[in-house]
Amino acid sequence: MSEDVLSRVIAVIAEAQKIPAEGITADSTFEELKIDSLDGINIVFAVENEFNVNIPDDAARSIRTVRDVAEGVEKLLAGA
Amino acid sequence: MRERAIAVTGLGVVSAIGTGVPDFWDSLRNGRSGIRPLRFARAKDLRFPNGAEADGYDAAVHFEPKRLSFIDPFAQYGIVAAREAVRDSGLELTSDLKDRLAIITGSSAGGQAAMDDGFVDLYAKGSPRVNPLMIPRVMSNSAASHIAMEFGIRGPAFSVSTACSSANHAIGQALMLLRSGACEAAITGGCEAVFSFGFLKAWEAMRVVAPDTCRPFSKDRAGLILGEGAGMLVLEPLERAQARGARVYAILRGSGMSADAHHITQPSPDGAALAIRNALADASLDPAQVGYVNAHGTGTPANDPTETAAIRKAFGVHADKLLVSSTKSMHGHALGAAGGIEAVATVLAIHNSFVPPTANFTQPDPACDLDVVPNTGRASEIEAALSNSFAFGGLNAVLAFSRLP
Repeated sequence: MSEDVLSRVIAVIAEAQKIPAEGITADSTFEELKIDSLDGINIVFAVENEFNVNIPDDAARSIRTVRDVAEGVEKLLAGA
Repeated sequence: MRERAIAVTGLGVVSAIGTGVPDFWDSLRNGRSGIRPLRFARAKDLRFPNGAEADGYDAAVHFEPKRLSFIDPFAQYGIVAAREAVRDSGLELTSDLKDRLAIITGSSAGGQAAMDDGFVDLYAKGSPRVNPLMIPRVMSNSAASHIAMEFGIRGPAFSVSTACSSANHAIGQALMLLRSGACEAAITGGCEAVFSFGFLKAWEAMRVVAPDTCRPFSKDRAGLILGEGAGMLVLEPLERAQARGARVYAILRGSGMSADAHHITQPSPDGAALAIRNALADASLDPAQVGYVNAHGTGTPANDPTETAAIRKAFGVHADKLLVSSTKSMHGHALGAAGGIEAVATVLAIHNSFVPPTANFTQPDPACDLDVVPNTGRASEIEAALSNSFAFGGLNAVLAFSRLP
């Protein structure tokens, strides 16, 4: 997994949740970070804007960890 | 005053499964869904291809061209449904009655299409001006105002906005005004028009719209399908209806309301159960008297099990005897109009002793283990029925109807 994509994803989540980026790793779960389903949708929106990608609904709904987001973004960037 | 029975004497509807009660009921009876590929212009730029657009509705048939420019589609639907309900009721609109008729409409987004058009002019086209009719078209009270103007009605008139519960709240308010004697009759329900690009994009962003169809209570349900239209009722005291020889469809027996105090989009079973209990209490109904529940049943992963849990909490052992169907499976989720369209459906179910099905049902979900009347409707002598609305923001409103004894 690209360090650049991961650090940008972490920065997006930190900004959206107003929490320090230092507390977020690839293995952090949304549950641990107190990201509920609506927060999750907001983060997906911010990630789409950050990377200019389109994340489909079923992928959006199955995100559980920061790694899920970063790996999903990489796949979309590679596919595009 | 709670003993004063309030009768439903007129019905009117615009929906994806028919404009006018006969077509609407025929579709419901036969489990016929109005969920189709979207026809509107920019549909291809949306993540979801399907919606429940109004069927059999041609604005030119109902309005003069000049008048049309003043009225956003959401209010057009409300006016057309109100016209049908008033005609259906046979109410004689004397000058005295017009002073004492209430109009209470529900809409969550009002004339948002007009706002969308105006913003395209300003931001996309760089125009220095917007249409001066934008405010009269956008304001969500415009339906109530136009209905008043159309019939010359001068009684209490206002609109209610509580997202997906707007129409149920509006009808509940009409019930209270009637019981208190603040009005002698009421035209009430909801109206909504959702198919403008900006509004649909907002729904797309919440990831709650299904890519296929609306499958309430099914294990593989994938979300809601947006719908539009209007449902309007004429209400008056039963004594008054009987004195003038009116046909009484059913009694509007009670309304129950509650707030979840939980989350701005996620529902809570406790808040919903409280609204159901409040409706039963207001209607002086024992849970065992209720035969049918027209569910909120949006088909989202969140709503259906939460609603099932709420129904079980409120009904206890009787829950297993209930017939619970979601007619959103056929007419879509019409937001502020939902409660109005569903009230018409619930009243028709009682009047015809027939429960419309939950359409598009594929496989049962153990978390939604009530009798959801899958795919085929069922004849049933319904003594009393509820219609549930559980909105975003956790504002719940439940109506209770009963058969004329």
